[in-house]
Amino acid sequence: MVLNMGPQHPSTHGVLRLVLEIDGETIVRIMPDIGYLHTGIEKTCEAKFYQQVVPMTDRIDYLCPLTNNLTYCLAVEKLLGLEIPPKAQWIRVLLNELTRINSHLVWLGTHAMDLGAMTVFLYCFREREDILRLFEMVSGQRMMTSYFRIGGLALDPPIGFFERVKKFADRFPGNVDEYEGLLTGNPIFKMRTKGVALLSKEDAIALGATGPTLRGSGVDIDLRRDAPYSGYENFKFEVPVSTEGDVFARYICRVQELRESIGIVQQALAGMPEGPTKADAPKVVLPDREKMKTQMEALIYHFKIITEGFAVPAGEVYQAVESPRGEMGYYVVSDGTAKPYRVHMRGPSFANLQVLAKMCEGRLIADVVAAIGSIDIVLGDVDR
Amino acid sequence: MTLAPAITDIEQLKSHPALARLIGWNRAAVQAVKFDREELTIWVDRGVIREVCSILRDDPACPFNYCCDVTCVDWYPSEPRFEVVYHLLSIPTKERVRLKARLDGSSPVVESVTSVWPAAHNFEREVFDLFGVRFSGHPHLERIMMPDNWEGHPLRKDYPVEGYR
Repeated sequence: MVLNMGPQHPSTHGVLRLVLEIDGETIVRIMPDIGYLHTGIEKTCEAKFYQQVVPMTDRIDYLCPLTNNLTYCLAVEKLLGLEIPPKAQWIRVLLNELTRINSHLVWLGTHAMDLGAMTVFLYCFREREDILRLFEMVSGQRMMTSYFRIGGLALDPPIGFFERVKKFADRFPGNVDEYEGLLTGNPIFKMRTKGVALLSKEDAIALGATGPTLRGSGVDIDLRRDAPYSGYENFKFEVPVSTEGDVFARYICRVQELRESIGIVQQALAGMPEGPTKADAPKVVLPDREKMKTQMEALIYHFKIITEGFAVPAGEVYQAVESPRGEMGYYVVSDGTAKPYRVHMRGPSFANLQVLAKMCEGRLIADVVAAIGSIDIVLGDVDR
Repeated sequence: MTLAPAITDIEQLKSHPALARLIGWNRAAVQAVKFDREELTIWVDRGVIREVCSILRDDPACPFNYCCDVTCVDWYPSEPRFEVVYHLLSIPTKERVRLKARLDGSSPVVESVTSVWPAAHNFEREVFDLFGVRFSGHPHLERIMMPDNWEGHPLRKDYPVEGYR
């Protein structure tokens, strides 16, 4: 029988359509059908100035918008050869890790809810609410922040921001203990996740899995540690790797990543350097509002950047960043004008989706729900 | 704003593991090379792209066992029009390389690399869907993002950004 797990389904975490060929409860073949969220972002980016692309990048992987901003900004800064001041880099790391925690909380809440543990959802979203308020404090927006800009940050963080983050960071490890207390030792959770949706190491590498999906199968790679960007080389953190390759292994990896991320946030708060939050490049970075209102040169630069953009030297760059889902890569091709010639987003979920067939064929329908939750796809990333 | 100038001389770059392997295998397959902004790009003849990928994957010194990305750039109206771009990563050594194959606009066909890395499956479908580049030997080459009965290839430069269908 052919069953359609249609685009509108509470457990597919977005508009993902799965066509399941089943024999009783066992799945014979699984064919994902995507494209329901395709909005042509790559095409639209070619029609906009470089700085106008930044808000579009928020919407690609909408659970970690700051990570997308970061990847794009790093790519264009590499094309320009800009040097970013240390304070901007540290704040980027701090907000990036808060975004990682944000995304993993959504994953944990929805994954556990799919498997029946509905309490965890509200616990996770209680913490997520605090993080969203922190994002609103710093950028004015809860989700689609567009806070990182080419050349640094959009604004300086407001007074009192770091104290609020510290209060959250001190409280959060206790919350992770709460989630683990509800799930890790829970016999029902273990029965639904141990040994389910197995993915071997060779299959994971060959099929293009990335992030915790890859680390849960025993491959020790994390771009923050192996190819550091934006000052990550100054931070100490562990990379959780598990060898079992089942849903429980990926769960353990991500929960450990929650703990490691809050550790990085604490390190960032403790060692925050002083200095400007924007690079020294008047033709690229918008001047401060006060300078723009009082100095003629700043006004002229502001006008030129907004209306004509800035020309980026010709070339191409592939910038890869460790997003909560894995390797997010932006391939930006420039032809020397103020508009990018081609922007390609290599979404981690697009590659991770390919392991679904390997994980689910021969297993039960209920395991498909666990498998989709464990690879943590976001359809904005898949379809763009 | 300091940018080091790009290096395009093969002699200066031949110590890079990917390039060293390819030069050792078949010097004629490497059409051009560029090291710019700390990234190595190798233009490869399109007829041998699958063998090149296979050799890079099986290189014992630096195995490029992970296919990060397969995408395409449309250089309309200049010919050769399409440039299929492969981003590879070697997980043991963390090296990256970018391979490019140039294709004509009139009949853009290139061999699929899904036999080398199954990860390329979705990426090649996307390039076919949005650019119209055919991949021979692909197990299931159909549109992936656009509806199945869509006409035209949206990411081509002669396709409008806005419009009504």
